[in-house]
Amino acid sequence: MSAMTAPPAQPASPPPAPRRSARDSSASWRLTDRLGLAFAWLLGIGFLVVTAAIVLYMMVQGLRYVRPELFVTSPSAGFTESETGGFLDPLLGTVIVAAMAMAIAFPLGLCIAVWLSEYGRPSLLARVTESTIEMLAGTPSIVFALFGTLLFEQGALAFFSRTNDGGVVYGRSFFAAASMLALIALPLVVANVREGLQAIPAHVREASYAVGKTKLTTTRRVLLPAARPSVVTGAMLGVGRVIGDTAVIVLLLGATLRFNPAGDVPGLSQLKGTGSTLTSFVYANAPTGEANQPTKAYAAAFVLLSMVLVLNFAVDLAVRRGRRWR
Amino acid sequence: MLGALVCAVLLFVLTIVVFVFKEAWPSFQHNGWAWFSSGGNVDRQIQEIFTAAADLRRPVYTFHAWPIIWGTFLITTGAVALSFVAALFVSVFIVEFAPEWIRTILEPVVRLLASVPSVIFGLVGVLVLVPFIGEHVISDDNRRSVSYIVSLSGYSLLAGVLILTLMIAPLMIAVFSDGLRSVPRGWLEGSLGLGINRWRTFWKIGVRTARPALVAGTVLATARALGEAVMLAMVTGGVAFAPNPADGVIFFVEPTRPLAATILQASEELTAPAMRHTIFAIAAVLLFSALMLSLTGWVVKQPMKKYGVRA
Repeated sequence: MSAMTAPPAQPASPPPAPRRSARDSSASWRLTDRLGLAFAWLLGIGFLVVTAAIVLYMMVQGLRYVRPELFVTSPSAGFTESETGGFLDPLLGTVIVAAMAMAIAFPLGLCIAVWLSEYGRPSLLARVTESTIEMLAGTPSIVFALFGTLLFEQGALAFFSRTNDGGVVYGRSFFAAASMLALIALPLVVANVREGLQAIPAHVREASYAVGKTKLTTTRRVLLPAARPSVVTGAMLGVGRVIGDTAVIVLLLGATLRFNPAGDVPGLSQLKGTGSTLTSFVYANAPTGEANQPTKAYAAAFVLLSMVLVLNFAVDLAVRRGRRWR
Repeated sequence: MLGALVCAVLLFVLTIVVFVFKEAWPSFQHNGWAWFSSGGNVDRQIQEIFTAAADLRRPVYTFHAWPIIWGTFLITTGAVALSFVAALFVSVFIVEFAPEWIRTILEPVVRLLASVPSVIFGLVGVLVLVPFIGEHVISDDNRRSVSYIVSLSGYSLLAGVLILTLMIAPLMIAVFSDGLRSVPRGWLEGSLGLGINRWRTFWKIGVRTARPALVAGTVLATARALGEAVMLAMVTGGVAFAPNPADGVIFFVEPTRPLAATILQASEELTAPAMRHTIFAIAAVLLFSALMLSLTGWVVKQPMKKYGVRA
């Protein structure tokens, strides 16, 4: 067979466009493959559209109903929109709960992650810890909430909530809610910090040991600073989870929309008392809730969504900064 | 010292599990296996347990949880099945087929949607989806045909499944795309080199290699679906009614209420001991299901480890 017999219509070489070769163009594929590709496009775009629709809808509705005075007035009982006040207390409640829960979950999670990644002996204990943390992540938050009501009703923990004249401990307070929310945030902190620590190459540790640093100093001065983006990500995701949780708040913070302090020590009495957060405010103001003021619910949901958006942005920033070791 | 801290946390978690099961035991003891069976109206049984305690009568424990177990099962299975298909295609799209600019939008959007609080989904459901179903999906004939059993108002199984799908799909997409991304490039290129087209290559090699990630994502999402209380309490109607498949299309728009939402709604009445045991029994069932779920996921992943990617 010589070159002369080759069909002359065929070009010698296809144009150099690797992404658009004949095989890549789906025109020659089997029908099922083309349907699959079309379906993937459809669902991908559809997912984007639905998400955008929801977020934009919440934003537009929120902007319609959110007014500056809502931020500075407390909720109050009433039948009309003008009587029911704003969401100052829930907003502060969200901040307080998030701060308290993270004050517990963050150091604890950091320690567990460091132990798992750097020490991890005996290995059986490490294995058990790992599965336990995984189990915590998979446990419904309502189960924690229910356990919390039982735990904080014990007489020994009466300090953390209100006690009535008969000596019955009420068991609902900022302390109770925050400590159970800490359990929900814990797996996120542990997983992220641990991932960050494990991404650090071994030679970094060895260099530090070689100049005579102990394991503890190495962890504190070298590894944790290097893993800071992951640490920040873990903390942010934890905060996001905490401010978004409703079940624990409804069960453990009491159903009062305003702060309802217990005792008369300023500051501490608020924390021992009941209150609300933005999530429980939205829950109560939805048409299915007790207060039923949908416009207030939209406004509070808007504020909540904005907080989540800001947190997400912060996580993105932290992740982008943290590409050092990869 | 760190080790001691870790042990303390482990001990605390163990305490939680033990306490929940211990508190739940009286309810199981009084009802036996009938706890899981059908019989009577769950809402009325809860009412009876509560009033018996309030009137200082002998505590009543009778509780047949089948309607709420069935409701949980329907909602979870429906949402997980729908979101599995959706998430699989979307993550294949994100990882392999999406143009760069769509990918840069889609990835943050998925992460954002995964972190939107459930109460916001609930609010959207209650104010948008539920009225829509009530006005446009349910006809007056439907309403009349079952009016002697249950009233159809739009608060329904369908609303719960759809919103829950939207909530758990981002979780699945995140885990699935991580798995798909870590499929060795050489394996895909080997197939492409043999002249297999891109779709079939990715479907047959990429997706199969990422099976452990598919299992992990599904387990994570199912756990979330099982435990979702607030959103489902808002959109599924708050009636402990077992939707009946024999009702035809109406089945989908019948109200129901899953286990977790039942806990939420009954939580005001925790003071009575019998009530507390009953509610803790529901929590124990949830906790047990969550434990079994992670165990199943682990078992299913074992044989896949040989050729699969790490997940």
